[in-house]
Amino acid sequence: MLARFLIEQYGGADGELAAALRYMNQRYTIPDKVIGLLNDIAMEEFSHLEMIATMIYKLTKDATPEQMKAAGLGDHYANHDHALFYHNASGVPWTASYIQAKGDPIADLYEDIAAEEKARATYQWIIDMSDDPDLNDGLRFLREREVIHSLRFREAVEILKEDQGKKKIF
Amino acid sequence: MKKMPPEYYQLLEEIQAIDFVIVDLNLYLNTHPHDVDAIQQFNEASHHSMLLKIEFEKQFGPLMNFGKSFSNYPWDVDDSPWPWQV
Amino acid sequence: MHSQFKYWRPYVSPYDPCKPIRVKSYSTPPHLYMNFQPPGLPQFQSPKQALMHGTLWPQLYSPYPDPNKGVEKP
Repeated sequence: MLARFLIEQYGGADGELAAALRYMNQRYTIPDKVIGLLNDIAMEEFSHLEMIATMIYKLTKDATPEQMKAAGLGDHYANHDHALFYHNASGVPWTASYIQAKGDPIADLYEDIAAEEKARATYQWIIDMSDDPDLNDGLRFLREREVIHSLRFREAVEILKEDQGKKKIF
Repeated sequence: MKKMPPEYYQLLEEIQAIDFVIVDLNLYLNTHPHDVDAIQQFNEASHHSMLLKIEFEKQFGPLMNFGKSFSNYPWDVDDSPWPWQV
Repeated sequence: MHSQFKYWRPYVSPYDPCKPIRVKSYSTPPHLYMNFQPPGLPQFQSPKQALMHGTLWPQLYSPYPDPNKGVEKP
């Protein structure tokens, strides 16, 4: 059952795939001062994608078709057997329209901040429904990472807002 | 099927912890490029991580592909277990 | 230190079909109050501890779920 909810973070609108691809793509046109940040957060999101994939894989790899059905994964099994796929918790396949690259650095960074807060919220709702304490440790970790990423994107906005040549406060 | 010994998990967890410190410091430094103390901590942690990985690879084989780790004979860069299997 | 959760009481109609949840809450993690992280914040004691919390800095740690869920804070 939990595996089904976790798929939201795999191929959902605010999931790790969307996050990784969003930042990875925005980095080409963002000002040089914050390219590194987008690049590195994109890399971290790819590793989170692997963590989510591992959780789903471990939870489902040995499940019988009956167990898959009972867990609400019958629709998934009919199409994919035990394979993972990039769709959300309700089976809607991932689409690039979940993400944006506006070319305007402030617009892009504000989207990134919003994406982190939405991903944080999604982790909260999954934790609320989960009864697996070990898995929850991992989910709480991933939720906290969204908090840190959001802060870093906010800092990136501050850096871009600053007047050229003006010295930093610290 | 080979079973990985407890040291495998211990060492891997140590690497995971130090590499996490490196990740978090890396993001912080991206927005705080003049924080000398954080840079020093980053470099020390990176060094520590490197030593742990050399130790790990000596015992359990390569962690990375594409020339960042060495292979034994026969080729063992694609040997199980993979990260999602352990 | 700011509180990590906020609470409010939504309007409850006598004709609501389900038993009402009288106090609702939402998370307000610490980064919302830290526009730009100041250098030199205290860190967790060990890398292992930092890993378990998902951050190096205790001041940026956001607990979940709310330990007082459904209970109104004064």
